[in-house]
Amino acid sequence: MALVIGFVYALHQDVWLWRSARPLVFGFLPAGLAYHAAYTIGISLLMLALVRTRWPSHLDPEQ
Amino acid sequence: MIQAAVVFAYLALVLGIGLFAGRAGTQQNAEGYFLAGRALGPIVFLLSLFGTNMTAFSILGASGHAFANGIVTYGLMASSSALVIPVGLFFIGTRLWALGKRHGFMTPVQMFRDRWECGHIGTAIFAVQAVLLVPYIVIAVMGGGTTLSSVSGGLVPFWLGGAVVSFVVMGYVFFGGMRGTAWVNTFQTVLFLSFGAIAVTVIARGMGGFSSAMEALLASPSTAPLLTRERVSPLYFFSYTFIPLSSLAFPHIGIFCLTAKRLSHFRKTVVLYPLCMLAIWLPSVFLGVVANKATDLPPIQTKVEARAALAAGGPDLTTERRAELRAAASGDDVILKLVQGYAPVWLAAMLGAAVMAAVMASDSQILALSTMFTEDVFAFYGGQARFGQKAQVNTGRAFVIVLTVIAYGIALVSPQSIFDLASQYAFAGYSALSPLLVAALFWKGSTKWGALAVTLWTAAAVAGVAVLQSAVPAPPPGSAVPVWAIGGTTVIARIAAGTTVLGLLPVVPMTIVSALLMIVVSIATRRSLPGAATLARYEV
Repeated sequence: MALVIGFVYALHQDVWLWRSARPLVFGFLPAGLAYHAAYTIGISLLMLALVRTRWPSHLDPEQ
Repeated sequence: MIQAAVVFAYLALVLGIGLFAGRAGTQQNAEGYFLAGRALGPIVFLLSLFGTNMTAFSILGASGHAFANGIVTYGLMASSSALVIPVGLFFIGTRLWALGKRHGFMTPVQMFRDRWECGHIGTAIFAVQAVLLVPYIVIAVMGGGTTLSSVSGGLVPFWLGGAVVSFVVMGYVFFGGMRGTAWVNTFQTVLFLSFGAIAVTVIARGMGGFSSAMEALLASPSTAPLLTRERVSPLYFFSYTFIPLSSLAFPHIGIFCLTAKRLSHFRKTVVLYPLCMLAIWLPSVFLGVVANKATDLPPIQTKVEARAALAAGGPDLTTERRAELRAAASGDDVILKLVQGYAPVWLAAMLGAAVMAAVMASDSQILALSTMFTEDVFAFYGGQARFGQKAQVNTGRAFVIVLTVIAYGIALVSPQSIFDLASQYAFAGYSALSPLLVAALFWKGSTKWGALAVTLWTAAAVAGVAVLQSAVPAPPPGSAVPVWAIGGTTVIARIAAGTTVLGLLPVVPMTIVSALLMIVVSIATRRSLPGAATLARYEV
């Protein structure tokens, strides 16, 4: 899981979109901004996977 | 004036919510007042925790930064925070909650004192945390002054707007404690989360659609770079991923983690947190960028002209003239200007209140500092034992007043933009303190001397950056003034937005050195390791 989190962290550095605004996603979102918006949604899915597979239930006094 | 009236009505409403919450819960004992009795439900926990992290700079600072620097703003602060903060809450927040529940901690310093078996070192950590948290509170006052001044068309001056916001925040924190703060934050978060979609829709209609605005920005050589990141180096961009580490070390976030009723409340929070970031930051950044095309609005045209004059004048400008142009070009109120220019009056008034909601989210920091003062200083040095819990709560309330007055005074004399002030001092300092929390929770070999080294280093580094930036004036945007070079390589440079160390923001070396100090000093002082009984209490 640490490797997956590290990989997602590395994906933040999207140097391949550094100098290009096009394509404009939906006709108005520059490529770099659209990428980081999609990246943010991807993080939510990562957290969902973490919660489902690695939840620290041993910390819960009610368990 | 309608807009100002709605905003004032909104301020009265949040004050009322805070006062009502204060009556609804137990406020006489410390845990009731400072932690809402550790009983917040899942929805209030998510929304108030998120709202606590979203202050003036999320809407005003972000759109102002995007207005001047382009889409890079989202990657610098939003998407990196959307990863680091939920991952931190997952691994650190849950552990902190469990230990707080088990051992009754109310502040991070209480845990540090217990974990490393120390007393005065904890006081040193408190002092550094307190000094670093003040800029964050100043942001709220500055944002409040800017917003009220803007929505009233200048009728309410900056100093009065800041005073009104300070008074309202102080009021509901004073009477409502953590419960009042959490309820107000929840209400405010709902309001400013809905702001983005409405603002984008209304402004798009007013501007005749965003596609044509984007094409026009791309067609101009002066604005096309705003839609890429070509003006920012990848190294500088990478530096910003260290800034969200500060959120893990902020005492108000640590204290908020202790307020959840159940561990399971963290589940929804970590999953939905990135989506909340998207909902608030994407519209703020996008609208900040697109504002460059709204030059049919006179206030925005003035800003664009000031920025052009600043760039054209270069080093020939006097310091005073540069400061004057910088202030005129500041985009901190650019979203408000867009809303005022393109939305009907009633809607502009509602949106102004939503902006105010984000601006005022620094209440938790004030409460956190008050909690820290009463627990880490007043109670620790015998005040609670001598005077009782009621006196402790009243001391906390008095501290809320003193702190608000100090923050207001600083906001009146501080000339820096909201974004710069926050990122350079509070965020960098707390990122450098984050190894304290990680070591306390996950490394048995850490010692109190390692913790002291981290604390002193952070204080010295932040002071060093502040002294350097006051001694070397900021150059025009796009240029750098070498401050220290070795063999032709610039090590430290002064840039328009602050300082760089080998091209990185100071937060990177500050945090790395902190982590190294914790490791090296702890190993060198391993005779000071806490006893086995203490270490056993942290095995969770």
